[in-house]
Amino acid sequence: MKNYLKYLPFLALGVISCEPELDNPVDKVGFYSNGETDFSNYVALGNSLTAGYADGALFITGQENSYPNIMAQQFAKVQETQLFTQPLVSDNAGGLLFGGTQITDNRRVLAFTANGPAPAIYTGMQPTTEVTNKLTGPFSNMGVPGAKSFHLLSNTYGATGGVLAGTANPYFVRFASGEGKSILEDAVAQNPTFFSLFIGNNDVLSYATSGGVGVDQTGNLDPSTYGPNDITDPQVFGSVYSTIVNTMVGTGADGALVNLPDVTSIPFFTTIPNNALVLDAATAANLTGFFQAVAGIFAQGAIQQGLDPATAQGLAAQYAIKFNEGPNRFLIDVPVSQTNPLGFRQMTAEELLVLTINRGALAQGYGSVMLTPEVMQVLGILQTGGQPTAEQAQLVLGAVSGIDDKDALDKDELNAISTAQAKYNAVIEALAQANGLAFVDAKATLAQVANGGIPFDAGVVTSTFVQGGAFSLDGVHPTPRGYALVANTIIDAINATYNSTVPKVNIGAYGTVTLSDDVQ
Amino acid sequence: MKKLLLLTVFALATAVTYAGGYRVSLQGQRALSMGHTGVAVVNSAELGFFNPSGLVYLENRLNVSVGGFGVFSDVVYQNEQTGDFARTDSPVGTPLYLYASYKITDWLTAGLSVYTPYGSSVDWEQDWAGSHLVNNIELAAIYVQPLVSVKLSPYFSVGGGPIYVTGSVNFNRNLNRTLTDVDGNRSNVTIDATGVSNWGWSASAMFSPTEDLRVGFNYRSEIILEAKDGDATFENIPNSSATPFANTKFDAELPLPAELTVGLSYQFCEKWLFAFDYNMTFWSVYESLDIDFASQVPDSQNARMYEDSSIYRFGLQYDATDMFTLRAGYYFDESPVQAGYFAPETPRNDSNNFTGGLSVNVSEHFAIDASFLYSRFKEVDASYDYYFENGQAVPFSGTYKSSAFTPGLGITYKL
Repeated sequence: MKNYLKYLPFLALGVISCEPELDNPVDKVGFYSNGETDFSNYVALGNSLTAGYADGALFITGQENSYPNIMAQQFAKVQETQLFTQPLVSDNAGGLLFGGTQITDNRRVLAFTANGPAPAIYTGMQPTTEVTNKLTGPFSNMGVPGAKSFHLLSNTYGATGGVLAGTANPYFVRFASGEGKSILEDAVAQNPTFFSLFIGNNDVLSYATSGGVGVDQTGNLDPSTYGPNDITDPQVFGSVYSTIVNTMVGTGADGALVNLPDVTSIPFFTTIPNNALVLDAATAANLTGFFQAVAGIFAQGAIQQGLDPATAQGLAAQYAIKFNEGPNRFLIDVPVSQTNPLGFRQMTAEELLVLTINRGALAQGYGSVMLTPEVMQVLGILQTGGQPTAEQAQLVLGAVSGIDDKDALDKDELNAISTAQAKYNAVIEALAQANGLAFVDAKATLAQVANGGIPFDAGVVTSTFVQGGAFSLDGVHPTPRGYALVANTIIDAINATYNSTVPKVNIGAYGTVTLSDDVQ
Repeated sequence: MKKLLLLTVFALATAVTYAGGYRVSLQGQRALSMGHTGVAVVNSAELGFFNPSGLVYLENRLNVSVGGFGVFSDVVYQNEQTGDFARTDSPVGTPLYLYASYKITDWLTAGLSVYTPYGSSVDWEQDWAGSHLVNNIELAAIYVQPLVSVKLSPYFSVGGGPIYVTGSVNFNRNLNRTLTDVDGNRSNVTIDATGVSNWGWSASAMFSPTEDLRVGFNYRSEIILEAKDGDATFENIPNSSATPFANTKFDAELPLPAELTVGLSYQFCEKWLFAFDYNMTFWSVYESLDIDFASQVPDSQNARMYEDSSIYRFGLQYDATDMFTLRAGYYFDESPVQAGYFAPETPRNDSNNFTGGLSVNVSEHFAIDASFLYSRFKEVDASYDYYFENGQAVPFSGTYKSSAFTPGLGITYKL
């Protein structure tokens, strides 16, 4: 028996490898299918959304939760894939340094202060990402914050010398394979088997977030003459976009093209309602009286300048704005014209205010009237039937404080945005169809988030600022949960197009806004 | 001998194991070989656990059984929807036992038992998909029990004694599914309590109507381990007044449920012994794992709602030669976990268990005992439905499979 006993230790050793095995383990090749495509070398092209930018900055945890990185992790469950690499920044503070000088803000965090929770710039650590410390790629995630469609073809976009002049992009300078390389060239050089393309948002978004101060360049086919806040000509977009798609498809890669969500449904534009001028009855009456005075002064002045009384009264009528107890729409400045000689009007229902508007100023009369004691004095004169001097009349007109162009999107600007965006989206969908690529309707997904939300296992994700869960603290870029939703949307389209069964993620496992009281 | 005893007790302090719930049925080589039966088997000092009243029937004046096990137990988890996959990397458990009995007179035997009937050790990968429920847990309880066994008649004996338990628990989980510090490190809490002690008792009886047939009964009381002022350590908490999770103390109760065993043994054809045990573990006492934190940290309530559960054990012994005794057994271990309460800290479902072993009687006084246990668990789709986020239940579900293989080695000494 001693002969047998000596085997006992070996029996025990054999047991150590006796691990539990499931009948159908998900980590076994073949459980999920890559269908008719190949995810082994996935390259993502795009802008800040692709880079994982959030909370107003690019930082490591944001990049780790970028939708391409989430997708790549899911692809890796389907088949053997190359490591998905990202040009990670150096920290979680987020700001960029160029030659030691900070050129972009740190990330925002949700700080709980005496005034309650509010987004604030994180100051808990110094930014350490030096743009001139170039990374050695290649990088699977080629998303470059700020890039517009035509920037992907630019051979000056990664040139260090162009950063301060604005012709190059500091995020691309960090990881471009060479000073004269374009984003597209660096993507093609990786011989991807699969790509995603989510570009064009900035071709309208920067115009939108700047309140439409840029120029709608529709008709101008030379993007080198565009300013940073301009709308890209749809023909330019179409030409650039098809070049990118054709070039990528030309490498033999399959891919997914993502269309552009309505930029105006993001919290950056939906958080501050245009009727946030909430008045009590007395103030409303005061304001109504004030604008009757304005109309009167205008009519009188116009008649004095020789306009016939009927026309003058007709023009003046638009300034006799009535205010009611409760919410009222703000006033915005518009270009002075023959039909609107004073250059202001009340906002219409669809017009939008930007998140960055000075809310303190709104409370002080920005968007309505700066009622100084001097103005009140003139109003008193008018009420008693007195005749103000020209100076006093001017004081009244000057008290009107319409919202500046940069703080609002008026209906013309909204029109320009939606027209361009619709044309871009038509290009994207047509090219997806023509090339048999997956077409991702991100516009529909975001519309769902903005209108009622999308349910998940712990609630509903909506586009409400801070609480909604989909959007980060800059009001433009998604949270990790929002990016996970984007990843799932793209995976759905890929699975439908290529008969693959890439598993989706549980968006409830992805976070939303980051809390920190390390702010100034 | 004294040295060995000390060593044993010391080693017990690190004992970690597995079972239905956190019951660890590894209280003797000879019993385990026979499906962990023993309430009616008069064989060795292992009776000090299985049925102290039987100690008085042992022929020798002094009986000692010492041994230990190596528990190789792991669990695998997956969710087909998301492709999440996780495997525990639990340390090898080494539960040990020591039983000694001394016959004072023909009708009175005293004994001392040290054993570890409860414990658990599960190590998931940090931040795995279920990390909001558990990252890792280590639970150990050492029972120390002085015993008396009294023969009331040639057919009937009673026994029992007080139990002193000292236990420890160390448990880590993430605070929820998403909270991190500014660097993305998941916020988590570790609760740690050691030297948690309490008292209980056990009582037993044995009836031997004929020379070949014995009937046994054993009851071990419930013991609630009440951790007071344990240490709660919070890690990776964001610096925010909205998350006031500073290190603090906690109170918690962990029940070690009562167990009732009845069974019989029957000797036949001279060399054969058949044994049957039925266990009822009164798990229903484990309704909820509530952790009451001192300070303003919100308390943690985790519904468990265990059910009383049964185990059916069968064993067979064959005295092959003077030197070798062979044993085999089987038991069915019913999980106390109800549907919807499958928490990955004790991921156990019903199991079929196969055992075997042998004794080598080296001399008249000394035997080496070896055993093995193979536990076979069915793959199970299960969920834990009582985790809440913002007041909404967020089930954690998936497919689990456990495996366990437990070899053991011990010695029996009699004088």
